[in-house]
Amino acid sequence: MNKSRNKIIELKSISKSFDGETVLNNVSLDIHDNEFMTLLGPSGCGKTTTLRCIGGFVIPDSGDVLFNGKSIKALPPYKRPVNTVFQRYALFPHLNVYENVAFGLRVSGTPDKEIASRVGKMLDIVELEGFEKRDVNSLSGGQQQRVAIARALVNNPHVLLLDEPLGALDLKLRKEMQIELKKIQRRMSITFVYVTHDQEEALTMSDTVVVMNRGEIQQIGTPQDIYNEPKNAFVANFIGESNILPGIMHEDHLVEFAGNNFECLEGGFAPLEPVDIVIRPEDIKLTPPGIEVLNGEVQTVTFKGVHYEMIIKVYSDIWLVHSTKAATPGEIIGLSITPEDIHVMKKSEMPKITRYTVDSEAALTKGGNSVD
Amino acid sequence: MTRKSRFLAAPYLVWLAIFTIIPLALIVVFAFTTTVTVDETGRIITAEELLSAEADGVVLGELTEKTVFTLDNITATSAYMPVMVRSIWLALIATVLCLVIGYPTAYLISRLTFSRQKMMLMLVMLPMWMNFLLRTYAWMTLLERNGWINKLLGLIGLGPFEMINTQGAVVLGMVYNYLPFMILPLYSIMTKIDNSVLEAAGDLGCNPIKTFSRVVWPLSLPGVATGITMVFVPAISTFIISRMLGGGTNMLIGDLIDLQFLGNAYNPNLGAAISLVLMAVILLCMSITNALDNEDMEGGALL
Repeated sequence: MNKSRNKIIELKSISKSFDGETVLNNVSLDIHDNEFMTLLGPSGCGKTTTLRCIGGFVIPDSGDVLFNGKSIKALPPYKRPVNTVFQRYALFPHLNVYENVAFGLRVSGTPDKEIASRVGKMLDIVELEGFEKRDVNSLSGGQQQRVAIARALVNNPHVLLLDEPLGALDLKLRKEMQIELKKIQRRMSITFVYVTHDQEEALTMSDTVVVMNRGEIQQIGTPQDIYNEPKNAFVANFIGESNILPGIMHEDHLVEFAGNNFECLEGGFAPLEPVDIVIRPEDIKLTPPGIEVLNGEVQTVTFKGVHYEMIIKVYSDIWLVHSTKAATPGEIIGLSITPEDIHVMKKSEMPKITRYTVDSEAALTKGGNSVD
Repeated sequence: MTRKSRFLAAPYLVWLAIFTIIPLALIVVFAFTTTVTVDETGRIITAEELLSAEADGVVLGELTEKTVFTLDNITATSAYMPVMVRSIWLALIATVLCLVIGYPTAYLISRLTFSRQKMMLMLVMLPMWMNFLLRTYAWMTLLERNGWINKLLGLIGLGPFEMINTQGAVVLGMVYNYLPFMILPLYSIMTKIDNSVLEAAGDLGCNPIKTFSRVVWPLSLPGVATGITMVFVPAISTFIISRMLGGGTNMLIGDLIDLQFLGNAYNPNLGAAISLVLMAVILLCMSITNALDNEDMEGGALL
């Protein structure tokens, strides 16, 4: 959807390692004007390092960083036309709210009058009018966050970099700030590059999501693409919840997994190629036993509000199923899957992907990373 | 404050009374009194009278000693103004040098990795494990006319230089001995400066120099104030360093006080008066430092 737009930042196959450990491996990425792009991945996936390469705090070992087609790789942070909202705000503790926001303008030698009007306007936008003289250490986390955003935005950057800016806020405030940030981005027409490990946040706010793992980009796409058409098992597992099973592709449109052959939409694999099968828990329909080829015993049932989350044992495999109808633990039940809900993926090169087991059920419930 | 916590503070109050308040009171008493000789009628016998009577063989009757109030001691200190000025001047130079050397050192240490920081701090403190006198004495042998430095310089055809018994040697001794007291408070305040705050300054357009002047310096000011106090106060009142490295020709106020109590000029009343004046000077200097510190901190309290 952004193909026609002007590229503002290009990362050209950048790599970076710290102490011999590769953090970024050949990452290429185009960021467009007015785009809200999210770098999403687990901790240690290289998303923050990617952001810091754009901000100038990390110099890639190889590759190039272009801004409007010109290399900015060698420029120090203070010469780059981007501003950053830091993970832990990094406000200046010796300055009050007004002076924190005015900092960038003062450094650039902006006249006092203009500073006053721009800072005032910015404090208006982040709803902190009347806080000018307050000590930043006396503010709540949410207020400090707003000061950090105002401090970066007041300089009219072409690109705003945000490093997990909402990570320290409580859930309710986080949701409010997500909407707030999206509003600010639309209103000021600025490119946002947003780093998060929260997949829900990524899906809610972004125009484009970049899923990263182990220093490599796994998939780039709209939130819908990423969720509905995950490119590999990692993406499928990281975005929302999934059942991931080993399978064998017999021929085009015929795949074997869980001891049975299933019709599917995918083709183009080598005969008998081992593949990963991804099935979303909400795509599985429960039927009375004996009708479908897959039957299993219900292990646990957890009420989640919109749906019930059930763990069902089919042969030796553990399946996660979301359904609006509750079953009872111990009940034998049939599982129905339509061909379009079976996603066949090239065997992922990752040695191990977390699979749902009865043991991980507790972690699953606690994690609360449900998309619904 | 509850009754119980007041009770818990009692040992400290006793300590404070015995070791701070009473000695201070004694100094004040000494400073404003003098001992005179009186005869049976209470008439003060002056030293001249005493001497001439002795020479003439006259008996003045039964003489007793008496302590009386006087301002003479305080007014007498004005005679030592040059010594006071020299002390302030040398202590000031030493403090400035400590700041100039200590500030960048503390900053660099605070930006190292944690384990390196520990090692560097140990190196800073290492000389302090050795006795103060010994350390200063070592400098004597280094700076002497036939000392190691002159010997080394002689090898390349320089010198010998007159280094010992100069004001420069005294300042060197002060800087050498009190530098850790500058580095440590600066270091402890600088480690509290979050790296991301420095990155934020860079992000908002500060080159390294501006980052320093707009962020690092204002954030480190409390450490600067502490460091100045911790170097200036012992430096202005030292007597060992000036005696060992200054060779008696560069007498400092500390030497003068020492002389009144333990030396051959024995006059505790004058010694106490000089101490009192020195205390006033130190308090004045400290209040100036604190005022500067507070002024710079205006517009934002510090953690």
